[in-house]
Order: sequence, then structure tokens, then C-alpha cells
Amino acid sequence: MAANIFYFVVFPGFLFTAVVGLLASWVDRKITARIQWRIGPPWYQNFIDFFKLLGKETIIPRGARRTGFLFAPFIGLIGATLVSLILWQMNLDPDRSFMGDVIVLIYLSILPSLAIIIGGSSSANPLGAMGASREMKLILADELPFIMAIFTPLVKIGSIKIGSIVTYQLNYGMMFTHHLSSVIALIVAFLCMQAKLAFVPFDIPEAEQEIMAGPYIEYSGPPLAIFKLTRAMMLFAMPVFLISIFLGGMQINGWATIWSIVKYLVILILIILVKNTNPRLRIDQALKFFWLRMFPLACVGFVLALVGL
Amino acid sequence: MNKLWALKKSIWVYHVSSGSCNNCDIEILDCLTPKFDLERFGILLVGSARHADVILATGAVTRKALPRIKRVYEQMPQPKLVIAVGGCACSGGIFKNGYNIVGPYDKIIPVTAYIPGCPPKPEAIIDGVVKVINSL
Repeated sequence: MAANIFYFVVFPGFLFTAVVGLLASWVDRKITARIQWRIGPPWYQNFIDFFKLLGKETIIPRGARRTGFLFAPFIGLIGATLVSLILWQMNLDPDRSFMGDVIVLIYLSILPSLAIIIGGSSSANPLGAMGASREMKLILADELPFIMAIFTPLVKIGSIKIGSIVTYQLNYGMMFTHHLSSVIALIVAFLCMQAKLAFVPFDIPEAEQEIMAGPYIEYSGPPLAIFKLTRAMMLFAMPVFLISIFLGGMQINGWATIWSIVKYLVILILIILVKNTNPRLRIDQALKFFWLRMFPLACVGFVLALVGL
Repeated sequence: MNKLWALKKSIWVYHVSSGSCNNCDIEILDCLTPKFDLERFGILLVGSARHADVILATGAVTRKALPRIKRVYEQMPQPKLVIAVGGCACSGGIFKNGYNIVGPYDKIIPVTAYIPGCPPKPEAIIDGVVKVINSL
């Protein structure tokens, strides 16, 4: 029992994910600044932002649904924590994996988006409601190809356990380098992840220049801090999800630790480069992109996996 | 005291313009460009008054903008500060006796610091913000 609480709160659950996630968001801000020939913030900037927001006043706007407004950030936080917790447990000790945990992870990774929808639509602000509806459409768009892409390597090895796919990759090498179907699936899953993290070109729900901050617009103080923390934690958890499925998982022993960090950093920097070199799409363009381009591509990968490539 | 420690290193700024000629607004945007790069001090321009710590207010306040200025100020969470940027915001400037001017910002909301100039240079804006931080 005590061990489980430790897993949930400290490592590899809340605290670990939060610290690494905030550092990853700093990497994001720093690299963005360097691309724009700026200097960028110091490494502790995101921690200070978080503590500052915790110290500010919480305002509940008139006409807002109080419970939904205040609970929404915590739903997202729990979702992000659980995704990271389950992933790391399976990566560090593949025997703890249970049948169908990939499906559990896919469900849990939608929780932060659901939190944004609940929070945005209960904030009694037209821009918040618009952001929530855009987030809803974006989930509809990206879930379909994402699930297809995630299931491609699972079909290849015939198991829906994270543990077994990690052990398979430890024995026979990465899915990504050995199977053509996984290469296609990783490309699709990567672009879907960009939408799940709400980064440019898919930051349509919170488009800062047109609908200010979208669903977050009425949030202030601690709830806003928790939303920001959830985003940072997802920036850590989602790449680890893809690494576990396609790139051999994360290990913590000796040289494998450094290799795991390198894999994570490569994915992170790719996300940031895509973010910084693209304009924002409209929501209908995003829908068309995912349903008419990514979904057929994911289907091709799936069929290739079925015939054994 | 603890609150102010974090506030000093992470100031999120909301930009209010009321009847400004846009010169001060452009100079505020200049602060975010590569040459000055306010993000290295943790200063960010945010889109919603609910997220902000500081209002950067420009322009002499027009009659039409008056209720909106008050409302934006009330929408901000505590602790909050107001910095008046530019001659018009500090004193009314050349529009001081205009028929539709209800006066500079300090008649309407409490102003912490004044940055004069028409428009103030980005260096002056940064200097003003730093002085506000040091006075906290």
C-alpha cells in the first residue's frame, strides 16, 4: 500500500512527471527562443511561473458552473499522472503489465482534453465555449488515426500489453527500425501527438491570436497553474508512450538510461521544430488532414502489419 | 512575501490600449522582439486579463473606453499592478483638453508606475518595469 502511494505521488507518478515535464517545457521555450534569435528564459522559469500562479487569486466568473469550473483542472491532472505512472511501471517492470493496458492508456490520455472541454464550456465565456468545441472536434479528428497507428505494432506482435511489446523490442530490436509498418505508424502517431499536445499547427483550441487562450481564458491562479502543469506533464508522458510502443521503451540501468534520454530528447526536439516551422491550421483543415490523409496512411500501415512487414 | 518573490521573476503582462495612436503599442511589442527579448526575465504578454499580473496601459482614456478599462482592472486577480506607458497615459499628453477624454489613467485606476515618452523607447519600458519589480 505504502509502495503504491509512493509510486503514485513521487516516482514515477506525480512529482517525477511534473518536474521532468516542466523542464521539458523549458526546453520547448528555450529552443523556440533560439530559433527566433532570442536568448530565452532560464531553466527554472516554468517552476517560478507555477508557484506564482499558485499564489494568485482564484476568480470564478459570474454565470460559470462552479463545480465543473474548479474540478476540470484536477481531472486533467489525474489523467496525465496516471498515463505517466502506468507507462513507467510497465517500462521498468514489464511483468506488471496487464491485458489491455494499451486501451486503458489511450482512454486516460484523453482525460486532459476532456478536462479542457469541461473547463472551457463551464466558464461562461463565448471564447471559452468556442475553444471547447474546437477541442472536441480536434479529438474526433486525431483519435481515429492515433488508435490505428498505436495498434499497428501490437497487431504485428499479437499482444495488447505494453509489457510484452517492450520485452519484444528488448529482444529483437526496435519496431521502428525493423518493420516498415511501424515506420508509417510512427509518422501518423507523431502528428496525432502534436494535436493531442495542442501544439502548432494543431493549437486550434487555444489559438492565442484569435480566441486569446480559448478554454483557459477565464482561469486565474491555482486552476490555471494546474492546467499549465497538466500540459507540461503530457509533454513528457505522450512521447514516452510513443517510445514505449515504437522505439524500444525507456530503461533505467547504466548506459540504457542515457540512450532512453536521447530518444526522448530527439522526439521532443522534433515536436518543437514542427511547432516552430508551421502555421496554424483551421479546424476544418485539421479534420481533413487527419481523416483524409492520416487515416488512409494509418490503414496502409495496419494492412502492412497484417501481411507481416 | 513569498508570493512577491515568485511574482518578481515571472511577470505576465496584459496590454490595454484606449485611444492610443498605436505608437506606444508598437514599442511594447518591440520589447518582445529578439533585440530586447523580455522573455529572458520571465515577462510574457498574455491574451487574457485573468492571467495577468501587470496591465501595460497606453493612450489617454476616452469616454468610450472608460467602463472597459474599469472592467479589465476588476477582472485581474490579486496581486495586480498598473503601469502607464507613454505621455498620454501619464498625463493626457496633447489630448489633455479633448472633448472626449476623461483624463489620464490615475484618475480611474491606481497606477503604480509612469513611463513618459512619446513613445517611450523599449529601453525606457524595460527600465520602468525593472523599477517596479525592485520596488515590490
